[in-house]
Amino acid sequence: MSLGSIFDIAGSGMTAQSLRLNTTASNIANAETASSSTEQTYRARKPVFAAIQQSMLNPSQQGLAFDSDQGPGAGVRVEGIVESDAELQMRYQPDHPAANEEGYVFYPNVNIVEEMADMMSSSRSFQMNVDIMNSAKSMMQRILTLGQQ
Amino acid sequence: MAISLDKALGIHQHALEGRVKRAEVLANNLANADTPGYKARDIDFQAMMAKAQEGMSGFGMTRTHESHMDTSPMGQDSELLYRVPHQPSVDGNTVDAQQEQTRFMRNAMDYQASFQFLNGKVTGIKKALSGQ
Repeated sequence: MSLGSIFDIAGSGMTAQSLRLNTTASNIANAETASSSTEQTYRARKPVFAAIQQSMLNPSQQGLAFDSDQGPGAGVRVEGIVESDAELQMRYQPDHPAANEEGYVFYPNVNIVEEMADMMSSSRSFQMNVDIMNSAKSMMQRILTLGQQ
Repeated sequence: MAISLDKALGIHQHALEGRVKRAEVLANNLANADTPGYKARDIDFQAMMAKAQEGMSGFGMTRTHESHMDTSPMGQDSELLYRVPHQPSVDGNTVDAQQEQTRFMRNAMDYQASFQFLNGKVTGIKKALSGQ
């Protein structure tokens, strides 16, 4: 417990949010990537966030059952990236070079509007974490001046 | 007569420590603002200060073994509670980012105040020591 751990917490939040922004960028970039089969088509990717508990970082405390819920936590981590299983868009485009025998082309299940909203949300959250870090920094700098004239 | 610096500084050092702890909890809430199923937490500051005052009065218990319960002022996180959400959310997250940020800022201000008090104490002691 110290001001230093706030840096770790805000840092983990920034990492998680920038990864989310990364997946959003990837989804938007690939929104029009056509393919001739459902297996090869790009699918929207979403990161899954999970909270880090302090007992995870400190293995000596893991044995204590009543301790699992204690502690303020130690930030956020990305547990993994999942692909959306929403339906792919099937368009009839016989002239398309990637069209299959029936003349259909598969487009990714990326919802551009949703991705844009996600982008705004993650950049806001990122900024918020930067603010937290700045506050912690000024708090720390303040304590260093203790006892000075 | 021994001079106890701990006593000279009064409750302010505990207050400052409590503020740092609360800042950590609130920072964690904000970092997990988008984590599904995360429950926002906060520290009952009043309970923490009451405990600190109790510890200062000299009736605290001594721990002779590491698995003994820590009854020291800042030891156990028994003041660490869960926030009651204003409205339910689909993903089970109870963090209200705006409210948490306001609380964080306010906590930082309270930290400044505690620091100012503590700094005053230190300056006073320094003056007394230099005897001018």
